[in-house]
Amino acid sequence: MPQDDTVRGIAERVRSGEIQATSVAESALATIAAKNGALNAFLAVPHEDVLRQARAIDEKRARGETLGPLAGVPIGIKDALCTRGLTTTAGSKILEGYVPPYDATVVARLRRADAIIVGKTNMDEFAMGSSNENSAFGAVKNPWDRERAPGGSSGGSAAAVAARLVPATLGSDTGGSIRQPAALSGTFGVKPTYGRVSRHGLIAFASSLDQVGPLANDVRGAARVLGVISGKDPKDATSLATPVDDFEAACGGSIKGLRVGVPDEYFAKGLDPEVEASVRAAIAELAAEGCVVRPVKLAHTRYAVATYYVIANAEASSNLARFDGVRYGLRVEPANPGRADVRAMYGATRDAGFGTEVKRRILLGTFVLSAGYYDAYYLKAQKVRTLIRRDFEEAFREVDVICSPTSPTPAFRLGEKVDDPIAMYLNDVYTLPASLAGIPGCSVPAMPTKSGLPVGLQILSPWLQETTLFAVAAAFETRFPSPVLSSSS
Amino acid sequence: MVRWANMTTRIDRAQIEHVAQLASLVLTDDEAERLTRELADIVRYVEELNELDTSGIEPTASVRQNVSAPGAEPSESAWRADDVAPSLDPEETLAQAPRSAHGGFAVPTFVES
Repeated sequence: MPQDDTVRGIAERVRSGEIQATSVAESALATIAAKNGALNAFLAVPHEDVLRQARAIDEKRARGETLGPLAGVPIGIKDALCTRGLTTTAGSKILEGYVPPYDATVVARLRRADAIIVGKTNMDEFAMGSSNENSAFGAVKNPWDRERAPGGSSGGSAAAVAARLVPATLGSDTGGSIRQPAALSGTFGVKPTYGRVSRHGLIAFASSLDQVGPLANDVRGAARVLGVISGKDPKDATSLATPVDDFEAACGGSIKGLRVGVPDEYFAKGLDPEVEASVRAAIAELAAEGCVVRPVKLAHTRYAVATYYVIANAEASSNLARFDGVRYGLRVEPANPGRADVRAMYGATRDAGFGTEVKRRILLGTFVLSAGYYDAYYLKAQKVRTLIRRDFEEAFREVDVICSPTSPTPAFRLGEKVDDPIAMYLNDVYTLPASLAGIPGCSVPAMPTKSGLPVGLQILSPWLQETTLFAVAAAFETRFPSPVLSSSS
Repeated sequence: MVRWANMTTRIDRAQIEHVAQLASLVLTDDEAERLTRELADIVRYVEELNELDTSGIEPTASVRQNVSAPGAEPSESAWRADDVAPSLDPEETLAQAPRSAHGGFAVPTFVES
C-alpha cells in the first residue's frame, strides 16, 4: 500500500489525481491475496468487480467530475450487510451462497462517496459471539498473535484493518461487536448513537440494539466514513432525522476542561491488571491534555450481561424466524417426510443451517418470550434496561465523556472459552451497557501489554454527542499514536 | 441483597423440547441433553435480575426518548408518505429462493387435497 495508507491519505491523493483508484485497488487486492490466507478475515473478494469499481472512479475523474469524500478508498464490509451481486452469509451456513438483490443503505452510501467495496469480512454467525469462533466459515486469527481470537463479532473487520489489508471496514455492534474486536485487534472502532445510521440491509440480530459503524486505521478516517453513512433513511423508521455533525472537523478540537468520568464499576473483579494499568495510564494522558477526571457512578453495570442476554436473544429469536428455507439460502427437505410437511422442512433446514451458539440463543430467546415466562424474564429485563439507561442519564449530568477498559482482558486464545457460554458473555460486560442505553462509544488503542497484545480504551459520550467522542479519541491518538503491526507479519 | 421475587425456574429436557418446537428447531438427542444443561445455567445466571426491585419502573423497549429532539413528538418521524417507488426486481429476488414456481416462492404441499 502507498505511503499514507489512511482513509484521508488515499482519498485526497485519488481526488487530486496523484494516484489512480485502479492502482489503490490493485495494491489492496495484492495485499489481501498475500495475507488473508493466514487470517481468514475476508470471506469474499470479487477481484474483477473491485477493479471495475476502481476504473469507474478513475473514469469519473477523467471526465472532470468531482470525486466523493472516500474516492478510491478500499473498504471491507461485514458479511451481515447486504451487498448487491456479492455473497452475503452473516457467517452462517443457512445463507451460504446468498446473493442479495439490493445494497444495504450504508453500502449504497459508501458507493455514492466513491469508495471501493473490496469484499466481505468474516464474523460470528449472525453476529452472535465475542471471538469470531462461531463463524460457519472458520475463525479469524488475531494479526498480533494468530493463536488468539481477534474478538467478535466483527472480528474479520477488525483483523482486516489491523493487518493493514484495508484502511477501513464496516462492522455492526449489538453488544460490543465493533468496540471489543477493535480493542483486541488494536484498531479504532466506533458504535454510533442508536438511530444515527440506517439498519436497512443489515441482517437483523437484535433490532433495538443493532447499529452499524466504522473501524479504521486512524480516528479521522473512521470519522469520515461515519459522516458518509449517517443520516435519516426512509427505509429504516428508527433512523434519526437529526442533522449529521461534521465528525472529522471535531477531531483535533480542544479537550481542555472536558469532564472525564471514570466509573469504579468498570474496574471490577476479573479485570486483567495489565489492561487496568494501560487504561489508567491512558486516562492520565487525557488529564495531562487538560481534561478534568472525576469518579462517576454507574450502579447497575453488573446487571447488564443478564439484561442483554434476555433482550438481545428475545429479539433474535423473532428476527431469525425468517430463515426457514423458503425465500433464500439453504433448504433441507426431511429425509423421510411421510406426507408433505412444511413444518418438518423448516425444522430440517434450521437444524442443518444454524450453528450451536445460534440455536442456544434462539432457544433462550424463545423461552423468555414464551407464555408464563414473559413477565419474569423479558419484561423484567426491559425494566432493568431502564435503570441502566438512567445511570447514564445521571452520569452525563456531571461529565462529558466516560472512560473505561473496552474489554476486561486482552485477546484470549482460540478455543479458550468456546465451551463456556457464560464466560464468553462476561467478556462483553464493559460494552453491553452502552448498547442497552443506545449511547455512542468507541475503542481506541492504548498501551499494549508487555507481551505486545493490544488494549482498548473505551470512550462513551451522551446520545448524539459523537463529536465529543471523536475529539477525545483524536486527542488521545495524537498523544499516543496507535501501535502499527510490522508489515512482515 | 434482598431477593424481592425469589422465583427460580427449573429447566428440564421436556421444556427445552417444547421451546425448540416453538422455534422450529429440531434437536438431536445429544444437542437436547447439552442445551438443557447450558440453558439451565444461563437462566440461573439471568435470575440475578431478581435482586433488583423494579416495581414502578417503566420498561425500555426502545431508546427513542433519549434521541428525540426536545419537544418533538416521538411517533411523528415514524410516519412517511405512502409513495409508489420501485421495489426489488422479482426475477432477481426469486433467483435466490431454493425453489420457485409461477412467479412465487414454492413450499412443500401443506394443504390436503
